[in-house]
Amino acid sequence: MLAALIIVFREVFEAGLIVGIVMAVTRAVPLRGLWISGGVLGGVLGACVVALFAGVISDMFAGSGQELFNAAILGLAVVMLTWHNVWMARHGRELAAEMRAAGEAVAAGKSSLFALAVVVGVAVLREGAEVVLFLYGILASESSGAGVFLGGLIGLFLGALTCALTYFGLLRIPGRYLFAATSLMIAFLAAGMASQAVAFLAQADVLTALGNIVWDTSWLLSDSSIVGRALHTLVGYSDRPSGMQLVVYMATLAATFILMKLFAPAPKAAHAV
Amino acid sequence: MRVSVIMRRWIGALLVISGLAFGGAALAQYATVELAVKDKKFEPAELRAPANARVVIRITNRDAAAMEFESKALKVEKVIAANGEGIVRVGPLKPGRYEFFDDFNLTNSGVLVVE
Repeated sequence: MLAALIIVFREVFEAGLIVGIVMAVTRAVPLRGLWISGGVLGGVLGACVVALFAGVISDMFAGSGQELFNAAILGLAVVMLTWHNVWMARHGRELAAEMRAAGEAVAAGKSSLFALAVVVGVAVLREGAEVVLFLYGILASESSGAGVFLGGLIGLFLGALTCALTYFGLLRIPGRYLFAATSLMIAFLAAGMASQAVAFLAQADVLTALGNIVWDTSWLLSDSSIVGRALHTLVGYSDRPSGMQLVVYMATLAATFILMKLFAPAPKAAHAV
Repeated sequence: MRVSVIMRRWIGALLVISGLAFGGAALAQYATVELAVKDKKFEPAELRAPANARVVIRITNRDAAAMEFESKALKVEKVIAANGEGIVRVGPLKPGRYEFFDDFNLTNSGVLVVE
């Protein structure tokens, strides 16, 4: 039972961090609970479908279907996260002013919410598919299935707890730093996911250039440990990154920064006297 | 106007980089190794492959539960469905021992010996 608990928790932990961050980022936007729940639900349903078709997906693209699928949905999440940051750079100031004035952020909040709901859905789907496959396999084969299944459920619950802890922890950031802090977190989240997508593309033999491992810090912090996994999700830490992973990581951060600068509204003219 | 010039340069750069990256398929030889999983154990627990070659590991899962073939050293992770098959491509590899394990059953591990 303990083994199942640990295995499920490890998978759900990463999704929990991401959902917690998204919840904190959208804390003042009305209806965000609906959108985020929708993302989670979509992710769970998607995970069941993916688990069901795991064999079919795997066989596609000369046996690399699973890797390409993972790379594709991670890529989608990267685009959505970057879009959110660019959108906030463009509208963030108006949004904050509007909210202070009217206490509401109707149409303004919604368009970014869709992108974040997709991010949540992708995170839940990625981890969820593995959890579904794992738990279903246990049920199908073990005679002591009940105990193991219970362990899995507890693992799920602990993952949800991670989400709550992340959310409430982030809420402690004072309002004036919130925009910068969350933009930074989202940028690193995107860079980390882009790096993960690259690893899958390399596995699929699609992007093999610069594939040599640049450094090995597994002695310092293994990315399988809890802290390592947290850093892996939050900033894209990898204890054995390939050259291409580093390039794409930096490029994603640079692209986010540049795009945010490009799309930020022009500074207002000097005050009228 | 400023945006479109910069965007064009970025797109140009991306295309060049992608061209270089995707064109990087190696011309090294291919070697195929068979691996089976039965009763939550790898059979064989020790695989052999030649160095500096692309290695294709064909995994057959003979158990009724899904397993996840994972290796930190080889940088691969792949779920193999119950009673299913999957392939994992690695390499070219330098000589050495590369450990792999079943992420759904951490007691099960094996090693790929490259020489």
